[in-house]
Amino acid sequence: MPMLSVHNVEKSFGGIKALDGCSLEIRKGAIVGIIGPNGAGKTTLFRIISGFEKPDSGTIVFNGEDIGGAASFEIARKGLIRTFQIPKALTKLTVEENLLLAPQFQYGERIWNVWLRPKDVKRQEAENIKKAHALLEFLGLLHLKHEYAGALSGGQKKLLEIARALMVDPKMLLLDEPFAGVNPTLALRILEWLKELRDRDNENDGITIMVIEHDMPKLMQLSDYIYVLNKGKVIASGAPEEVRANERVVEAYLGGA
Amino acid sequence: MIEIGIEIEYLPYIITVLLIASIYAIFSLGLNLEWGFTGLVNFGHVAFLAIGAYTTVLLNLSGVPLILSVIAGVALAGLCGGLLGIPTLKLREDYLAIVTIGFAEIIRFFLLNEEWLTRGPMGVHVSSRPFEELIPGDYNFFLFPFVLGVLVICYLLLEKLVKSPWGRVLKSIREDEDVPASLGKNVFSYKIQALVLGSMIAGFAGSLLAFYLQYINPRNFMPIETFYAWIAVVLGGSGNNRGTILGAFILWAFFSGTRFAQGYLPFSPTQMGALRILFIGLLLILIMMFKPEGLLGKKEELTLTK
Repeated sequence: MPMLSVHNVEKSFGGIKALDGCSLEIRKGAIVGIIGPNGAGKTTLFRIISGFEKPDSGTIVFNGEDIGGAASFEIARKGLIRTFQIPKALTKLTVEENLLLAPQFQYGERIWNVWLRPKDVKRQEAENIKKAHALLEFLGLLHLKHEYAGALSGGQKKLLEIARALMVDPKMLLLDEPFAGVNPTLALRILEWLKELRDRDNENDGITIMVIEHDMPKLMQLSDYIYVLNKGKVIASGAPEEVRANERVVEAYLGGA
Repeated sequence: MIEIGIEIEYLPYIITVLLIASIYAIFSLGLNLEWGFTGLVNFGHVAFLAIGAYTTVLLNLSGVPLILSVIAGVALAGLCGGLLGIPTLKLREDYLAIVTIGFAEIIRFFLLNEEWLTRGPMGVHVSSRPFEELIPGDYNFFLFPFVLGVLVICYLLLEKLVKSPWGRVLKSIREDEDVPASLGKNVFSYKIQALVLGSMIAGFAGSLLAFYLQYINPRNFMPIETFYAWIAVVLGGSGNNRGTILGAFILWAFFSGTRFAQGYLPFSPTQMGALRILFIGLLLILIMMFKPEGLLGKKEELTLTK
């Protein structure tokens, strides 16, 4: 059973067909790249999969469940977490608070628990802080934990957003241009790290990743499989080498130069 | 000796000012939860003050025990807040502003016109107040510490909330609701919770206001009351509970201070009333220019920018 299958999804904005019968499948534990020229419908596809936009038609099945038309928070609760192309760090919260927001079903997210079960809330918060610090340390952001996220650089915000998504322990991640604006050394580390997450021994723990990226060398290095979108449709797919050799892809995207 | 005499003479007045300021501080804390922490623009906060006040007084008048009347007032205010939120909070943020201001006026006109229930413009007298028969002398000397106690409890409960994971979700909604949504938080539900809780606090403030006034009528619940709460919140610092309390006290100290100054200034009471509003406007402009985050607010958490 695939982790995610998108079948014949269509979406129009006014007269523009952003997605025109888009279909793809992603198996569990895969890292799948999505490429395509600007306006190909990549981000719209992400928005639809993550519930930020409703498809006009077509089906989306995640982990055996139909999630087409579900609300974004419901989809996130099933373990499908997205990041944003322009990073949405919450600038008026601290770096640490940004990460602590993420874990789901916290005791302290209910008013009565805050007032009546403060000990449980505190204990869970302490566990989450530990986890957050480990992530921040890995990303080299630990010394900034009490800074407002608004003070971070663009690249750091990007990292913060990926870290925040990982605080959820997602089954699948949708990353929208995770390397844009991140310095090459750190980008390579993230790349290795994403692969590591996927390869975790326990098969159930391994995460599935779908990533939009314009940095071709990095994407080729990261992905097991690549889908090429153009004008709202999948025009080619395959292993990175195959895609690179595909003439239609070269024409639509890689080439032109 | 004479000086002491004067102080004692002024004491009831000072107590009264502090009492009103405390009631408005509670009222404003409700708004601060909605706007300061969640970013909800509620321009009809006074509706919940009115609902709390009228429900308490009318139920008590018809024989319901006082404590139950207060609880009913708080509950009805919360219920109305929730019912108002359901159709509006899924829409763009400005819809709430429009609907709440309309709702507050509907409530006021309801109170004014449904005479069979509310006695209309005649208003209603408060039939009993908490522990009234046990308090000798000036009742306000009891009511002030009582209200102050309520204020402190509200403050502590709210502080606990806004510093909890619950409060963190509210702050994330305030800044960009796509983020909590992408992390599995039911944004709509949190907004409703904030609106219901904020309205319940306003309802409670309404009961207390009725106990102070002893007689309530629709004129006590003009739209300007909502904006007094806004002034308190913005002055003290949106998203800062202590700031809101400070803002409410500054506002009422200013109101009563100008009433004192009345005797020394060459203005008629009407002119003075207009001047008072003018000065508050000036004060707000100055705050916006030089300290937009409010007196106790944090610059980094300034909620007015998006």
